[in-house]
Amino acid sequence: MPGITGKDQVLSTYADKLSALDAPKGRSLTQDALRRLTRNKAAVVSIGVLVLIVLVAFIGPYFVPWGYSQVDWSNIRKPPNFEALHYLGTDQNGRDMLARVLQGTQMSLIVAAVATLVSVFIGVIYGAVAGYFGGRVDAIMMRIVDVMYALPYILFVIILVVMFGRNPVLLFVGIGAIEWLTMARIVRGQTLTLKEREFVEAARASGAKPFTIIMRHIVPNLTGPVVIYATLTIPEIIIAESFLSYLGLGVQEPQTSLGTLISAGAPVAEVMPWLLLAPAAVLVTMLFCLTYVGDGLRDALDPKDR
Amino acid sequence: MLSYAFRRVLSAIPIALIAVTVCFFILRLAPGGPFDGERALPPNVLANLRAHYNLDQPLINQYFIYVWRLLHGDLGPSMVVEGFSVSRLIAIGFPFTLTLALTAFVIATAIGVLAGMFAAVNQNKWPDYVLVLLVMVGVIIPNFLMAALLQLWFGVYLGWFPAGGWVTGSWMHLVLPVTVLAWPHAGRISRLMRGSMIEVLGSNYVRTARAKGLGERLVMARHAIKPALIPVVSYLGPGLSYLLTGSLAVEQVFGLPGIGKYFVTAALNRDYGIVLGTTILYMFIILALNLIVDLVYAWLDPKVRYR
Repeated sequence: MPGITGKDQVLSTYADKLSALDAPKGRSLTQDALRRLTRNKAAVVSIGVLVLIVLVAFIGPYFVPWGYSQVDWSNIRKPPNFEALHYLGTDQNGRDMLARVLQGTQMSLIVAAVATLVSVFIGVIYGAVAGYFGGRVDAIMMRIVDVMYALPYILFVIILVVMFGRNPVLLFVGIGAIEWLTMARIVRGQTLTLKEREFVEAARASGAKPFTIIMRHIVPNLTGPVVIYATLTIPEIIIAESFLSYLGLGVQEPQTSLGTLISAGAPVAEVMPWLLLAPAAVLVTMLFCLTYVGDGLRDALDPKDR
Repeated sequence: MLSYAFRRVLSAIPIALIAVTVCFFILRLAPGGPFDGERALPPNVLANLRAHYNLDQPLINQYFIYVWRLLHGDLGPSMVVEGFSVSRLIAIGFPFTLTLALTAFVIATAIGVLAGMFAAVNQNKWPDYVLVLLVMVGVIIPNFLMAALLQLWFGVYLGWFPAGGWVTGSWMHLVLPVTVLAWPHAGRISRLMRGSMIEVLGSNYVRTARAKGLGERLVMARHAIKPALIPVVSYLGPGLSYLLTGSLAVEQVFGLPGIGKYFVTAALNRDYGIVLGTTILYMFIILALNLIVDLVYAWLDPKVRYR
């Protein structure tokens, strides 16, 4: 190799030797967890499939010759056929199903992401505050959670959506605002044990304010359970969204989501099964993969549970 | 035990009251009302209607009127379905919903317990794997999609069962809805049962029972089943409330005459009475089930009482 002199070579071999002589490298908890996760075949395959679905859902539409609301008047209610470039057929209005399924997947993914973030945000803060302050604050805050648990939640979302109009943003927030309850309970439980630990005591002794302690010292230590539970929340949110759309309360035409597509496909499945089967297949694949990833993460991050 | 039960019942009362209040105000603060029709009503008619349903009074008065009536067991009139009180609509729809949910509950619990035991005995053999797969399918696929797929396969292609409706009122109409409801419930129960059974079968007292020469069947019947059932029992309450809410969706899909049909239409029509009435009914059922679970727990495990 040009440019490397003999002296350089000697130096670099010496450096290699030094690093080899070094004390055995410790593995961080994250590395351990990653190793356990990569050994779980189902989880790895699921992550691959999910990445593929996300990529196809967001990039795919640029390669499909039809728009999701574009009507092809010469091909209405056609089963999948390749000559007309309708790879998944068309619906009753002559819209290309592949384009619609891609758009629906996109919508379901966006709802899931936003609603999960909302629920994680509310749940973590609420649970950490309740757990950290304890006593009466905790009792009152958790009573509120109990009350909300007692509300039949899907009815509650229906009420919210119907009453405040069918705004997609509200749909995200509404679903997220319901799903934070379990997150808050889990976080509170973890916080109760965390706050007795020495590093929290040390922070308190050095004069940190309660909110600094919560944000700096408690929340970062909650990452494991929060990540696990968030992954397990995503499928629930996708189901909730598709159920609302199924009832006709979710995403509005001409936009679509997997739930809307399934609800449109179900009544006519007898004569046009492709309208039901395509979105159903995507939904089921996504849900299966998310569940495997969630289970894999739980096993990887929380080996006690096995 | 009695004082614990009393305390739990007392603490459920404020929860119920707060939940009623939250529902009431959320519904009322939202824009739109039950009389926003296609055509605007003449102002005097509207005023009369509003007066009849007390909608012209300040919100806070309406709230107290509602709660006062509720305490007397009156859920008020329906504002859209003429001449029907909410209680009457619930009396028409709810028994059906309850029948559906309870049928699914009994079948699913029985199947779930047996399947879980079977899987635990055959741990890591093929019946176990088949069961795990079946559980996954049932738990993951949302019930409305499962309903649509079963309708397509068994209702249309095979023609074994009617795909929906309740025209003849024959039990054949219930087969598919009950399957859709029962599958996930049976799945969760068998998962719990399998886990706890494996644990129990590895415990010392089961080993002792085997060591003294008891046959495998007797070990199961006398020593293993009862303790293994505890986690299952604790799931039954939440499970039943899942089934009751899930039933709303299933009724909608199969076109069955339960309370689900009224609820969604009522919500769309801003029929305050029905929406509130249904939500409150469900809330009370869920609270009651939670209460029962807590009490059963306290009975099974005395430590709980003194917490």
